[in-house]
Amino acid sequence: MGRRGWTATLAGEMTTSLWPRIEPLLARVQKPARYIGCEDGMVVPDPSTRPGRVDWLLIYPDTYEIGLPNQGLQILYELLNEHPRSAAERAYAPWGDMEAAMRGRGVPLFSVDGHRPAAEFDLLAFNLSAELVYTNVLNCIDLAGVPVRAERRDESHPLVAAGGHCTFNPEPLADFVDLFVIGDGEEVVTEVSEVVGEWKRSPGRASPGSRHQLLRRLAAVPGVYVPSMYDVTYDGPRLVEVTPRYPDVPARVQKRTIADLGAWPYPKQQLVPLTEVVHDRLNVEIFRGCTRGCRFCQAGMITRPVRERPAAQVSRMVRDGLRRTGYDEVSLTSLSSADYSGIQDAVSGVIGDPMCTGLSVPAGPVSVSLPSLRVDAFTVGIANELQKARRTGLTFAPEAGTWRMRQVINKLITEEDLYGAVDSAFSQGWRRVKLYFLIGLPTETDADTLGIAELARNCVAVGRRHTKAVSVSASVGGFVPKPQTPFQWFGQVGVAELQRRVNLLRDATKGEKGVQLRWHDPRATLAEGIASRGDRRVGAAIEDVWRAGGTFQEWSEHFDLSLWQAAMDRHGLSIEWYVERHRDGGEVLPWDHISAGLHRDFLWQDWQDALAEHGLPDCRWTPCYDCGACTEYGIEHVVASSVAPAGGSQGTGQDLATGGAVPVTLLPVRGRMPLLTTNVAH
Amino acid sequence: MSRVRIRFAKLGKVRWTSHRDTARMWERAFRRVRLPVAYSQGFSPRPRVSFGLALSTGYESVAEYLDVELNDDLQDEGNALLDLESLSAGLSAALPEGVDVLAMSADNDRSLSLQEEVTVCTWRLAVGPVDPGSQLPDIGARVDELLAAESIVITRTRKGRDIVENIRPAILELRQVDETSDGVWLECELATQPRSLRPTELVLALGSDVEERFVRRLYQWIERDGARWEPLAVPLAATDAPHALERAL
Repeated sequence: MGRRGWTATLAGEMTTSLWPRIEPLLARVQKPARYIGCEDGMVVPDPSTRPGRVDWLLIYPDTYEIGLPNQGLQILYELLNEHPRSAAERAYAPWGDMEAAMRGRGVPLFSVDGHRPAAEFDLLAFNLSAELVYTNVLNCIDLAGVPVRAERRDESHPLVAAGGHCTFNPEPLADFVDLFVIGDGEEVVTEVSEVVGEWKRSPGRASPGSRHQLLRRLAAVPGVYVPSMYDVTYDGPRLVEVTPRYPDVPARVQKRTIADLGAWPYPKQQLVPLTEVVHDRLNVEIFRGCTRGCRFCQAGMITRPVRERPAAQVSRMVRDGLRRTGYDEVSLTSLSSADYSGIQDAVSGVIGDPMCTGLSVPAGPVSVSLPSLRVDAFTVGIANELQKARRTGLTFAPEAGTWRMRQVINKLITEEDLYGAVDSAFSQGWRRVKLYFLIGLPTETDADTLGIAELARNCVAVGRRHTKAVSVSASVGGFVPKPQTPFQWFGQVGVAELQRRVNLLRDATKGEKGVQLRWHDPRATLAEGIASRGDRRVGAAIEDVWRAGGTFQEWSEHFDLSLWQAAMDRHGLSIEWYVERHRDGGEVLPWDHISAGLHRDFLWQDWQDALAEHGLPDCRWTPCYDCGACTEYGIEHVVASSVAPAGGSQGTGQDLATGGAVPVTLLPVRGRMPLLTTNVAH
Repeated sequence: MSRVRIRFAKLGKVRWTSHRDTARMWERAFRRVRLPVAYSQGFSPRPRVSFGLALSTGYESVAEYLDVELNDDLQDEGNALLDLESLSAGLSAALPEGVDVLAMSADNDRSLSLQEEVTVCTWRLAVGPVDPGSQLPDIGARVDELLAAESIVITRTRKGRDIVENIRPAILELRQVDETSDGVWLECELATQPRSLRPTELVLALGSDVEERFVRRLYQWIERDGARWEPLAVPLAATDAPHALERAL
């Protein structure tokens, strides 16, 4: 893989399609449609506008079927392609068989749109949605023919960028990524593009040192973190400080937040893949951010405040999207969709509007799904209206087994909430309920763990009032404390102890008819812990895991803890110290120089409240407690209703009694009544 | 319930999608052009579309078929949708690049499914050496050998079990039609009943030192009482010129 000089590119060199070299490999690999692109909505940028344009390769570092539906990536894809001076294509991590074939024939990582080699782009921009993909990031950089370590790259190489939730602790990847974009990407990508474009069109771009100057300029863009512009000092194992090397580089990088989701009705042209992917349906984001305040939930902490999309825009996006794509299912997405102010209207608007079927008269069923169901009877009432057929299962996430434990994590669901929801579900014909739980939470005792079995058992009993064929499955995952949350100071529970708690539950549910227990591998939880709260030194271990062949670590058939243990050992890094140690309030945390707006004293106070078993209400519907997410940035919640939706008791102290009674009224359907189906997913 | 039969092509990059993927493309396309497709009754309603013989992932075709049933009640409500010409163009536009409608007919008196009716397929395939640098064996001689043989036994795996099978009766015709840059073009007719013999299996019988480079289905045939016809003929067969195929490689 030869390097490609900017000069040649600027001179108007034709862009290269690797397709003739890729196609012969496809007969030998599984699921070849992963590599062909051709989606409806795909853009192949015009080669003639390439000179002077900034080309982004947006990379999802997991398989095509996991990565394609990612809405963040699709939003940026459209924005960059709409802009006259930038363009974007996409790439996904090739599965092992394809990677081997590519390496065997010297085919580099390529875009699926124009099948161009990755190294031909100006930026390789990664979406980081989960920590265990980090080794795939390194593998993709290497497959691109680009040095994996940022310090080895020069003016001839693309910039390596990353965005997404994991960037709220960017340090484990600091040695490999040139720049991180923190927070909402809608505005900042264009700003980054402008700086890179100016540099690209400047006469001195190829001279030594110009890449450094470019990165320094990028470090001044709000929301951009350039790790090489910071010095890190340690005292033994302890981190002392992270300081900017230049006065024009910010000491603390503030996340970007778009104030008004309604100003960004994207994606307008959601990609419709030709082959099956996860979430294979129209996805319309109805709000961003969540202030429920669940203390374990990083997404809820870093995406504040709540910004609802106007109801009329939701309807328009649903209608246009269904017509354009030909999908027969739409998901109204957010972190807690039942909390949307207009959820009843939004839902009945979709299923009551025959135009949504793409026909002037209804002909086929349209399904609506709501991810992240709230645990109450009201929500089940909505689900009941949606899910007329294909009534398979409902998923709830009480997260912990006892009220005490749920106060600690601020998931303020009472047992009555849960049993009400379950009763409602079984009475309306569901036969299967799935419950999600975490184990290894702060202050958790065996009584709390066993509470999970108790809840599951009671749910079966509730279900038996309605039907004999009751199935309640409890999925149990090990808790990984995440940066920028109140639990960031908590020492993660180790593998052996997690396994012991799993075993407790296994024994407690043995012989329980109707209860199925499922659990995640505690070893994978440990590896996730290393990558989640690691500092810059952990990068060397991640590189070792990758060099030892440890890609696709999110996939149980590829996950190998021994690779992580050996790599940490080799670099003298203690897993116990990084993962299982409790931090004290004065400790400098590796992500302290990255800000989600949250005041440190707010997080600390919330941590103390957690230990004292105090809940905290949702600030959407109660007075502000100044967490910082709004006040720091001069923005506010955008919610259409200042009161909690019916049944939205959790965290509001609202009377629950009315929750289940609220009728869901649906608009009458004009003409023939279509069959309504839905999948209500977690 | 009226039925529309569609003949379509699957060419180019899209050939790497599966038969199932293709079915889903069609279902989306029908919804996009607002065709009033009939749905099955029951727990999980499905559009009533039936596809003919499956096409292996990676094969191209200019002779794929499907039958779609329409909901006549909905048509009566003023949806003048059965203008086949505009429907054909609309569908091609709503389908991915490489999948195009070649012909369409709206007659209804069919009792047998496509799969039951079709007995023979005509294929064109390019064959080359497994090792790209090596000398191509004398394919012509091997073709003659195959055709002269009483039986050709191959072993294939199905559901984890080896099945030994004589494929000679399914090879109705086989001839070399041209040369490629490193191999030859073959054209063959393979029986689809009792089961469809796939070109890949034929190439297997040609020897382990050659492999298929490219496969395209040219025709599906219905043979009965000594006569032969297509489920739906294309008015202009401009799609099977060998030089065009060669350029596509």
